[in-house]
Amino acid sequence: MARARPLSPHLTHYRWYSTMATSIVHRITGVGLSLGTLLLAWWLVAVASGPEAYQSFMAVARNPLGQFVLFGYAWALSFHLLNGIRHLAWDIGYGFTPAKANRNSWIVIVLSVVLAAAAFAAAWTGHAGYNQ
Amino acid sequence: MSLETPLHRVQGLGAAHSGVKHFWRQRLTALALIPLTVWFAWAALGLVGASEAQTLYFITQAAFGVPWNAILLGTFVLISVYHMVLGLQVVIDDYVHAEGGKLVLMLTVRAGAFIVAVVTLFALIRIAGTV
Repeated sequence: MARARPLSPHLTHYRWYSTMATSIVHRITGVGLSLGTLLLAWWLVAVASGPEAYQSFMAVARNPLGQFVLFGYAWALSFHLLNGIRHLAWDIGYGFTPAKANRNSWIVIVLSVVLAAAAFAAAWTGHAGYNQ
Repeated sequence: MSLETPLHRVQGLGAAHSGVKHFWRQRLTALALIPLTVWFAWAALGLVGASEAQTLYFITQAAFGVPWNAILLGTFVLISVYHMVLGLQVVIDDYVHAEGGKLVLMLTVRAGAFIVAVVTLFALIRIAGTV
């Protein structure tokens, strides 16, 4: 049997920082959005396949589980978008000081939830649906 | 003295077998996806509760003879899927260490991306055929 070797500190050994959280969540939302792309394809296929296919898509989208998944998709999209802008800012050398990194990561966390919640608030109160 | 072959040196590629192509493409697609994602989110919000006919109208409506929304939807999906392949490649590289598993996963991701792209474009073309 292999002797237990000393490990370098990893995920469970560090205190959680907002910057660490945004980095991990960026990857998780990226994987989640990959699955979300399947939903987008399903929606377009349903639209292209006639009223019945569209109705069955809408029935799934409207039920509580569907709404939960769609909220997750909306939040993941806004998070990955906002944090992606942070990544691009790093690429041109902006946002690396601890103060800025902490501030920007909190902005991304809060704003992503606010945007997704605002979208669903607009949808549920009848303020969405203006493209009709 | 360098241990690199002259061919390797002139190609500028090290042990990773590739240069900055992946990094650069990930950034370019990310940049393109900023306005596309904002447009898509706004468009999707505008279609909440829409009937099939209303959605068809939104996708096919043309300005100056061009169905901009259909083109933007297709562009959004294609660039998203490309960005997705680049991103999932990194995730697989980081966590999957068995060569066989890595190969199977990468092929699955690429096949999935290809299928989503083809299905989406086919759906958009079919929608365009309804008008």
